[in-house]
Amino acid sequence: MNGPGINDFTLRIATVNGTGSASANGLLMKAIFRMGVPVVGKNIFPSNIQGLPTWYEIRVTGDGYAGRDGETHFVIAMNPETYADDLAELAPGGVLLYDSTWPRPQLLSRPDVTVLGAPLSAMCNEAFKAARSRILMKNMAYVGAAAALLNLDLGVIEQLVIEMFAGKEKLIPLNMQAVALGHDYAKQNFKCPLDFRVSPLDKTKGKVMIDGNTAAGIGAVFGGATFGAWYPITPSTSLMDAFQKYCEELRVDPETGQNNFCILQAEDELAAAGLTIGAAWAGARGFTPTSGPGVSLMSEFIGFAYYTEVPLVICDIQRVGPSTGMPTRTQQCDIQLCAYASHGDTRHLVLFPAHPGECFEFSAKALDLAERFQTPVFFLSDIDIGMNDWMVDELTWPEDYVPDRGKVLDAEQLEEIDAFYRYLDVDGDTIPYRTLPGTHPKGAYFLRGSGHTKLGRYTEKGPEYKEVIDRLYEKWKRAAAFMPEPVVKKADRPARYGMIAIGSSDAAVTEARDRLEAAGVPVDYMRVRGFPFSDDVAAFVEAHEEVFVVEQNRDAQLMNLLITETSAAKEKLVPVLHYSGEPLNYRFVFEAVETALKVRKIA
Amino acid sequence: MTSFVKPKIRRLNEPTNGLGKTRADYDGAMSTLCAGCGHDSVTAALARAFYELSTDPKDVVKVSGIGCSSKTTTYFLKDAHGANTVHGRMPSFATGAAAVNKNLTYVGVSGDGDSLSIGLGQMAHAIRRNVDMIYMLENNGVYGLTKGQFSASSDVGSKAKKGATNMLPPIDPAIMALSIGATFVARSFSGDKAQLVSLIKAGIAHRGFALIDVISPCVSFNDHKGSTKSYAHTYQYYHKAVHADYVPPSEEITAAYDEGETMPVELHDGGSILLRKLDKDYDPTNRASAMEKLLESQQTQEILTGLLYIDESRPAMAEHKKLPDTPLHSLPYSKLNPGAEALRKIQEEFR
Repeated sequence: MNGPGINDFTLRIATVNGTGSASANGLLMKAIFRMGVPVVGKNIFPSNIQGLPTWYEIRVTGDGYAGRDGETHFVIAMNPETYADDLAELAPGGVLLYDSTWPRPQLLSRPDVTVLGAPLSAMCNEAFKAARSRILMKNMAYVGAAAALLNLDLGVIEQLVIEMFAGKEKLIPLNMQAVALGHDYAKQNFKCPLDFRVSPLDKTKGKVMIDGNTAAGIGAVFGGATFGAWYPITPSTSLMDAFQKYCEELRVDPETGQNNFCILQAEDELAAAGLTIGAAWAGARGFTPTSGPGVSLMSEFIGFAYYTEVPLVICDIQRVGPSTGMPTRTQQCDIQLCAYASHGDTRHLVLFPAHPGECFEFSAKALDLAERFQTPVFFLSDIDIGMNDWMVDELTWPEDYVPDRGKVLDAEQLEEIDAFYRYLDVDGDTIPYRTLPGTHPKGAYFLRGSGHTKLGRYTEKGPEYKEVIDRLYEKWKRAAAFMPEPVVKKADRPARYGMIAIGSSDAAVTEARDRLEAAGVPVDYMRVRGFPFSDDVAAFVEAHEEVFVVEQNRDAQLMNLLITETSAAKEKLVPVLHYSGEPLNYRFVFEAVETALKVRKIA
Repeated sequence: MTSFVKPKIRRLNEPTNGLGKTRADYDGAMSTLCAGCGHDSVTAALARAFYELSTDPKDVVKVSGIGCSSKTTTYFLKDAHGANTVHGRMPSFATGAAAVNKNLTYVGVSGDGDSLSIGLGQMAHAIRRNVDMIYMLENNGVYGLTKGQFSASSDVGSKAKKGATNMLPPIDPAIMALSIGATFVARSFSGDKAQLVSLIKAGIAHRGFALIDVISPCVSFNDHKGSTKSYAHTYQYYHKAVHADYVPPSEEITAAYDEGETMPVELHDGGSILLRKLDKDYDPTNRASAMEKLLESQQTQEILTGLLYIDESRPAMAEHKKLPDTPLHSLPYSKLNPGAEALRKIQEEFR
């Protein structure tokens, strides 16, 4: 395993939330990014507005890995309440920088790490008058100290400060003064730079730093969504914020001033689902972002949309459950919920984006799938993807993209046919035609969640009911071919073992796979991107002696879904479960697989 | 049980409306409700109102929740799209549908269980949004499909068929609607077709959410002695406060009216509603006094009916949300896709 080195280390900044540290931390990360060095940022924050501990983790990864390391090499400890934890967190050989305005000798309790004290508060109190600005400037002072210790380019930092305070130019010199305070103090008192530090590279060209929720919101704009409804819930809120922001910028008709979109804030998630389904039934491309608790509330409507065949896109940005759980911590704990949400025989389409680039792509894809198959589609993301900034390729939109609106009969088509029946499989492809209100009297039909025949009429007769519900199952199975295909990374030599993962686990699993291979353990890796699963998934399991299913929940939800929904042999699947609420790191995966294989050898 | 197609019988010299359609063209499937059910009268009044307004049925959208009342959306306007949604959740579905195409007419049909218990929140928020729809609350004080439990509109002291007495205070939908900014609040009785039809027409013409609370007795579970929602009780305590006649834009107000008793309210479609105050000191354009009258009527057990309150000034959801004239589903993709250059510009802040 690698230790810290040039362009290869993890920095963790411990602060108190509500003190304005987020922008300073973002600035640090962006400075490294602009120096051409790939970075991974993880915000580990409390469900709270002000006063609780919060951490921001920046992994500097010259190799360009997108996941967490699992070790911390440098801590900027700005929260006395968490000093003990932060010190304990450090890997041997690590460095801790703290505000020595109030000296803490107990921080010296570990002989294997270096503790650096800089009187940041004292310096800021002397230099700045206003109490609030002292707090904010202390953040910039640690940026300065970190810049000296990590060899960051002060020019780049200044440019970022200029951009940050565009419109408030007065604040630029003040902030740069604070940066200089920290920087100069470090230069004068510590050996700068540290052994592990940043060295400029050229690896971030054509890349952007963006969070998954923003990317998904932009995807919904480009995918032609015209309707969105939501009830605010962490961590999905920023998805609708992004959709709203870009709709207001880009979708207001310049001539009429009218909105070419409609966004409604619902009174709860039940209503958010109802609004979206009503809009979709009336013909709009709509979606609703939420999180696990919201899906629980929406469940009745989800079954309604499934059975009445109304397109519905739900973006579930997963957070730790059950119940309220840990609302700002990440998990992949709604896999089973989304696969089968609602009472009765229901099953849905689920997309598993792994990073913001795919969030952009899949939010539009979800709209296409929902309209093509006239059914609920889940876009299953999580806090890690949704709320952290990831380095991804610059987003591009295919020039030739045309929204797939599915089978909708217009007035002319209706005029020509003898009669319209909503649930009749006219084309023999399990997908019936639908019509929109206001089109043509011949297209009128009655949507009902009660038993209905293929002609759309009420029924309580078993065979008539079965005919429709059986077609729905066939329709769902057919959708497998339209889901994004799995991504496979093969080992450089024949591998006896495989790994399967979805979504945000990908970054850590990819890195673990590479490092296992380098350590002499070749492993093939398949990342699944959609449910229903393609046949390739069972074939992948079939081709290996054992397959580790890596996921972020307690109950091995993905593994159990594989067992239930594919022909994969149950005894070949081994769960690797991470559910602490922090984003997955590669060391965890590496060690789990390595340990499991060692045990096999001993046995 | 199944739905029956109502036979279409054309009579000689049958009257037609402005679209050349007969009243029967506004029918739907055969009702499967109990004989004598108040809801069937409401269904007939809805069909009559649309017929008289010469509305093209295809331009109407019918939505309902779950319950006896909610079944009735199949019993009228067979040429209109309809949706029987989820219990108590019709308002959100209707709001979503209405947001897509502001050029259609939306009719919601619900009951006291659907609207005042399971769906109280959704109804309230549709009122707050001032969704442009007419909302028929077929109110019988009882759960019919589950055979006779009290609903939230049951009056204190009202007796159930099996003898139990309701002790909980009723939710009066008119009072609730007024308190949260409703712009059209009416009450009627399924047994008063003339009043009901004119209120429905006025409600459809109104810009925004039009609530019509219709006392609609349940003959099977709540039409006995001791029930305050029976036909007999309703006839006895029925009190007409304000009569409302819709006058379409094409017609002039010809009836002479006395100041203080009759007043026209101008509508956004160019037509107007002619209010006739049967109760001289009732002002249906004054929210506070309407509220006072309604609260008083609760004390006296009087069933105050007619157009109880109207406010044409508050914008409906479509104006508030600046919804486009073109339905959302028909906006060309070229208008929705901001293009490659915009995408590049968006990403400048992500570097």
